[in-house]
This record gives sequence, C-alpha cells and structure tokens, in this order.
Amino acid sequence: MIAHAIFFYIFSIIAVISAIMVTVSKNTVHSVFFLILDFISISCLFIMIGAEFLGMIMLIVYVGAVAVLFLFVVMMLNVAQQKNQWFISKESSGHIPVGLIISVIIFFELIIVIGGWKYKPELFNPSNLLITNDVSNTHSLGQILYTDYIHVFQISGMVLLVAMIGAIVLTFRQREGVKKQSYLKQISRERTEGVEVLEVASNKGVKIDD
Amino acid sequence: MEYLNIIFQETYKILFLLVPVLVSVAMIVWLDRRVWAFVQKRQGPNVVGPFGLLQSLADALKYIFKEIIIPASSNKVIFILAPIITMTLALTAWAVIPFSENNVLANINVGILYIFAVSSLGVYGIIMGGWASNSKYPFLGAIRSAAQMVSYEVSIGIIIINVLLCVGSLNLSDIVIAQENMWFVIPLFPMFVIFFISALAETNRPPFDLPEAEAELVAGYQTEYSGMMYAMFWLGEYANILLMCALGSILFLGGWLSPIDLFPFNLIPGAIWLIFKILFLFILFALVKAIVPRYRYDQLMRLGWKIFLPLSLTYVVLTASYLFYFNLLPTI
Repeated sequence: MIAHAIFFYIFSIIAVISAIMVTVSKNTVHSVFFLILDFISISCLFIMIGAEFLGMIMLIVYVGAVAVLFLFVVMMLNVAQQKNQWFISKESSGHIPVGLIISVIIFFELIIVIGGWKYKPELFNPSNLLITNDVSNTHSLGQILYTDYIHVFQISGMVLLVAMIGAIVLTFRQREGVKKQSYLKQISRERTEGVEVLEVASNKGVKIDD
Repeated sequence: MEYLNIIFQETYKILFLLVPVLVSVAMIVWLDRRVWAFVQKRQGPNVVGPFGLLQSLADALKYIFKEIIIPASSNKVIFILAPIITMTLALTAWAVIPFSENNVLANINVGILYIFAVSSLGVYGIIMGGWASNSKYPFLGAIRSAAQMVSYEVSIGIIIINVLLCVGSLNLSDIVIAQENMWFVIPLFPMFVIFFISALAETNRPPFDLPEAEAELVAGYQTEYSGMMYAMFWLGEYANILLMCALGSILFLGGWLSPIDLFPFNLIPGAIWLIFKILFLFILFALVKAIVPRYRYDQLMRLGWKIFLPLSLTYVVLTASYLFYFNLLPTI
C-alpha cells in the first residue's frame, strides 16, 4: 500500500500545484500547458482508483482534443501578457467581483454535496448495481449506460449534437466572390468538351467567351 | 527489497523492449530512404557499412556532435521540452504492443485506448516546438499539424470502434486472438484502407506532410531546431510511424498470428510474424512517400472531415447491424 500512497500523493500534489499555476502564471499559453498537466495527473488518479476507461477517455477527449483547441485559441488571439496583476494595480478589474461570486457559489455547492455525502448517507441513493471485480470497468460502464440509462445517454448525445450544429450555424458565413474548386466538375470534364477546334477566318478573329 | 526487485525486473524488461525499438527506428530510416531512392531509380545511402546499413548511425553521430542552438527570443523551457515530449510519447506507446501471446510489457485492459491517447498527445510536441520557437514558419507549421492531427484522429477512433465491435474487448491481445479464424482485413477492408491513409496523415507523412512542407514553410515546426534536438524530433516521428504500422498490423493483419496455421509456418515465432507485418506496412508507407504528390491543405481537411468521417461512421452502422442480425456479437 505504501507504493500506492506514494503514487497518489505525487499525482495529487502535481494536480493541485498545476491547478494553482493555471490561475497564477502570467503567460496565458503557460496556463494552458499547466491545465494540460492538471488533466493528465487527474487521469492518472482516475486510473489509480481502477477507473481506467474514464482516465483514458479523459486523456483522449480533454488533453487530445479540447486542450488543443484551447491552445489554438490562446495562441491565435495573441493574448498579451498580464502586465498588472489585480492585487497590485490601482484600478481593479471588473471581472473580479463576478469571479469571486461564482467561486463562492461553487465552493458552497461542493461543501453541501460533500457534507451530505459524509454525514447523511441516506440522502444519496446509489443505484442498486453490484460492482464486481471480475467485470472490467469498461464492461460495467457499458452495461449501465446502454441499459438503465440509455435514454439519458441518447439525450445527452442529442444535446451535444444540437450544440455542435448551433456553433456551426453561428459561425457560418456565406461569402461572396470566393472562387471554389468543384471536384465534380473537374472530374467529369471530358476531352471532347475541353478542346474545340475552330476555323479562324483571316482578319476576323474568333469570339471565345459568350 | 521486494520493491527494488520489481523495479529491477521491470527496468530490464523495458530496456529489452526500448533498445530494439530504437535500433529498428534507425534501420527503418535507412529502409525508407532506400525504398524512396529505388522508386526514383537512384541508389540511396549505400556507402556506410554493407548496403549503407550504418548510415543512420553515422547521421546520429553527426547530430550528437553538432551544436544545439537555442534562439534568443524563444521560450527556452518549452523549446527544450518539445522534442523530449515527442520522443518520450512515441516510445511509451510501445509498452502495450503484444509481440506474442505472453510477450507483452503491460497487458492492460484498455490497451487500444492507451495507444490512442498517447498518439493524440503527440500533437503537443509539435505545437510546443512551433510556438516556443517564436518564429513565423514554425508557428504556421505547428498550427497546421495540430488541426491535421486532431481531424484525422476522429476517423482513426471510429475505425477502431469498427474493430472493437467485432472483438468485444479493448485489450490488444484479445483483439489479436479474435482474428484467429479470419484477419479483420478481409471483412473490414475499406476500413483498413482508410486507416492506412489516416495513419499517413496522423504521422505527418507524405502526401500529408504539410506541417513541414519545405516549399512553403522551410521545415515547419523543426525550422529553429538543430543538432540532437532536431534528431529527437526525427526519431520520435519515425517511432510514431513504426507504432502506427504495429497498430495497423494488430488491428487488421492479425498481429503475431501466422497467415496459415500449417506446419512450416506455425514454427516461426509470433514476434517474427509481427515484425514482417510491420515491415510490410512500412514499405507501403515508404512507397506512398515516393509516388504521391503533396496534398493542398483544404483538400486534406476535406478528405478528413467530408469523406473519411461519414464513410467510417456508415461502416460502423453496417458492421453493428450485420453482427446484430446474424447474432455474431461477441460475448463478454
């Protein structure tokens, strides 16, 4: 168990420190890199409690795709380095009250949930599924998701699809005067219509475009 | 004491896996250049050692002795970290590749997801290198490669789902054992073709080598790198290519299984079969590099999102309905 504890503390310390560094570091690109480190150490923690499927999906989805897009946006926007930190500068930023309110709300929510879970276990009704050790984490997840919770699962998929379509609709702009390749047109071109042989009368010329 | 013993054993195993992988990466670079040369009716590297086999070692020696130049305006920590990350990720993924039924370093439950996750992390080496160089061409190359790798991962993921539907397990050994009667390349041939092309794009190989398109971007994200750091990018890239070949042979070509289960063939150990399959796929990679011209960027994106994604999704539906209708779904 000692090795287990050592690994747990290593990963959790890295997770906490990198989470702090996300907010503290002055360079925005650095904070995204710390966010990635945070995701990775959290997925290591997931794997340590035996939820290997969740850990891997966390790596694939958050680190492999979402954080890449984060990085993309931060690099492309070229967010200037934060010169004046809010606790040093004289004029305070307008974002601080809003951020404080949200963080206080999140903090109290966490306290309510964890306190209830700890002191009133009957409030929480875990599903009557038996967790056995001979079925792997992936199999048991699939058996729950596609049987008892199939409707919720499908609805969440639909919500994600709607969000995706909404994002595309919002950013899609039909631009005028853009030259585009039409693959169908290019492929279906034939030799007979590509070249036309004309008799050119002397001193008259030919009218090509009509 | 017990822990020390375990650590020594595992280190020994890891070295026994990593050293051959690194040596074969060096050899594979030579093979790549030779195949490329033969297609173009040249000789290729043939001077150093027999058939030029030691060319890569000579190159590596040269890279070691070159000076490492770190640009003054670069972000130094990330600049140095980028090639290390590329190389480490390319090598860590080899931990779960099964060479025969019992010969695997880590036989984990979610092997295929692990490989997929590690290969999706590979984009960070490139994007960090490109950003930290603080220069235009590397940055453009990094942005290109990030978009490219993310979009082709989607189709690779869906192709993997196709295979998993036929297997019913995420373990790589189980995937190979499920192919004992028929390799998946036969029922899933269209998926094999799409996997091959997506692997080309995922590893930034020609015709999809836009991140390092030398005509437009000098050398893409590697422009500012020199000496051993450049060589590490390069080793990581080839280790990734080998990994993709190994993944293709495990998913579709039956891994360590021999093609015919008859007398002279089943005496050959499984690892040799796997190496043959990896080499076969790699020679295909090298041939494609030699004969296909580079794609334009919008064509690349169109191929990934508008052709491969719908095709592979349709094939998932087809495979699932076929398995369901004929009651062939794997039991757990």
